[in-house]
Amino acid sequence: MTFIYNTAAEMSIALAAKEVSAVDLANEHFDRIADVDGDVHAFLYLDKEGALAQAKDVDAKRAAGEKLSPLAGVPLALKDVMAQRGIPTTCGSKILEGWRPPYDATVVTRLKEAGVVILGKTNMDEFAMGSSTENSAYGPTHNPWDLSRIPGGSGGGSSASLAAFEAPLAIGTDTGGSIRQPAAVTGTVGVKPTYGAVSRYGLVAFSSSLDQAGPCARTVLDTAMLHEVIAGHDAKDSSSINAPVPAVVAAAKKLDVKGMKIGVIKELGGEGFQKGVSERFNEALEELVKAGAEIVEVSCPNFEYALAAYYLIAPSEASSNLARFDSMRYGLRVGDDGSRGAEEVMSLTRQAGFGKEVKRRIILGTYALSSGYYDAYYGSAQRVRTLIMRDYEAAFAKADVLVSPTAPTTAFKIGEKADDPVAMYLNDIATIPVNMAGIGGMSLPCGLAAEDNLPVGFQIMSPAMKDDLMYQVGGTLEAALNSKWGSTLMSQAPKLGAK
Amino acid sequence: MAAISRDEVAHLARLARIEMSSEELDHLASELDQILHAVDRVQEAAKDDVPPTSHPLPLKNVTRPDVVIPSLSPEDALSGAPASDEQRFKVPQILGDAE
Repeated sequence: MTFIYNTAAEMSIALAAKEVSAVDLANEHFDRIADVDGDVHAFLYLDKEGALAQAKDVDAKRAAGEKLSPLAGVPLALKDVMAQRGIPTTCGSKILEGWRPPYDATVVTRLKEAGVVILGKTNMDEFAMGSSTENSAYGPTHNPWDLSRIPGGSGGGSSASLAAFEAPLAIGTDTGGSIRQPAAVTGTVGVKPTYGAVSRYGLVAFSSSLDQAGPCARTVLDTAMLHEVIAGHDAKDSSSINAPVPAVVAAAKKLDVKGMKIGVIKELGGEGFQKGVSERFNEALEELVKAGAEIVEVSCPNFEYALAAYYLIAPSEASSNLARFDSMRYGLRVGDDGSRGAEEVMSLTRQAGFGKEVKRRIILGTYALSSGYYDAYYGSAQRVRTLIMRDYEAAFAKADVLVSPTAPTTAFKIGEKADDPVAMYLNDIATIPVNMAGIGGMSLPCGLAAEDNLPVGFQIMSPAMKDDLMYQVGGTLEAALNSKWGSTLMSQAPKLGAK
Repeated sequence: MAAISRDEVAHLARLARIEMSSEELDHLASELDQILHAVDRVQEAAKDDVPPTSHPLPLKNVTRPDVVIPSLSPEDALSGAPASDEQRFKVPQILGDAE
């Protein structure tokens, strides 16, 4: 008897009924990790001691009859972009190797307060820059559906840990699709909440006006339960929204979309999208129609500039944010032999500590922000951002939520696009507009592509502060597809490991 | 025509405080040239009458009450320092020429 294949909601019920202890549940997951993570490489660090102490604490409180949060005792995998006190936090970079933060990110504080058991830190593209987790300084993560393929990025470790049943819950961060695209290519669920819904305090900054942490799981309901734990106002993040969190768990359970208008974005489909991706997407639309929703077509003509604008704004903000890695206060220091000045040590440290993609983006951002080019590049990109927000505003006037495939293709082979940055950036074409406008976005699985038997992601976008709407539509679609297939998509995932 | 020269990349690397080998500069110059051609399109979309957006939320001057709250201890603050001395970060020489 093992619980690792159950949902977090089921684990929560079993824990409350004392059918399993939090300690046993954590150990089952550590056993699974020991069995399969040699192949998957989802984790960079395991905190067995801390996790078991947390689990023991939850069990003691439950035995004493204390009222606990629904996810108390449920294990979670934490993306290595989040500071956790005393636990190595690398952000996938050599420049932070061995750094142990002296404080907890607000997300971590909330997880601990809810009794969620943090198993360890998951692999990612260095500083969250990438769509494949190949840019990690610690080696790539492998997609549990096909170990020769990428698990998406930047949060490939988190998505792979879910698909490999190493954890039922995970935390991701999404700057241009880093939660949703990994969810899409691993057959799991990932949500980028409205910008400002989840605190960024303690999240290693990449592009501050786009970065947003969010929940990942194998079902829409599990994702919603985690959303309610981590979301909410935080005085430590000045861009945090000071308003009640939408009731996303109730929305995920509604299973009703009668009379809802669902807008299909014309520009995010068709040419450039893999045939099997479009087929599964269209079938999912039919399920929503059967459930009583009305499909309308909407046009967002400025989305064609979103990718270009993103690859100016994000590197610009990154070039400024990553200036903090200067070898003075924490992290790597190279070449300090007493003969070199601070600037030289700084330059040598950054040469040794940053990987190729990070250097590429810092230089691109430095260029876009430099005098003489600022208006043409960064300024124009900010104007495009306004146009994208206007497109969404017009589209949401015609529809309650908007939908598209999450990614143009299924998981590609490790190494296939590593030497072509522009081709790699095209992965994010359908996810980036959401970050530019700061609205909510979800990816959930809608089947396997016929040509390669790999998962396809269905993206649902909801207006800012109305994250409950995407959970309502996502929950309904998931239930309809499961009933059509007679099982969940994840139950078809390959069995991994020796056990 | 190349959008960016190797010399410009070398200058940017100096501004960004990243030492780069000759091979790194060659490689990056050609890659950046490709990327700049791909992102150049933002200029055709954006007319001057469109206001720029720097941030998705219309927040302004978010402050907190000016009261002392618990913060990191000196030991915690220095815990990740490559070098420290007398409760201070110890850094390489900043002013003038190094020896």
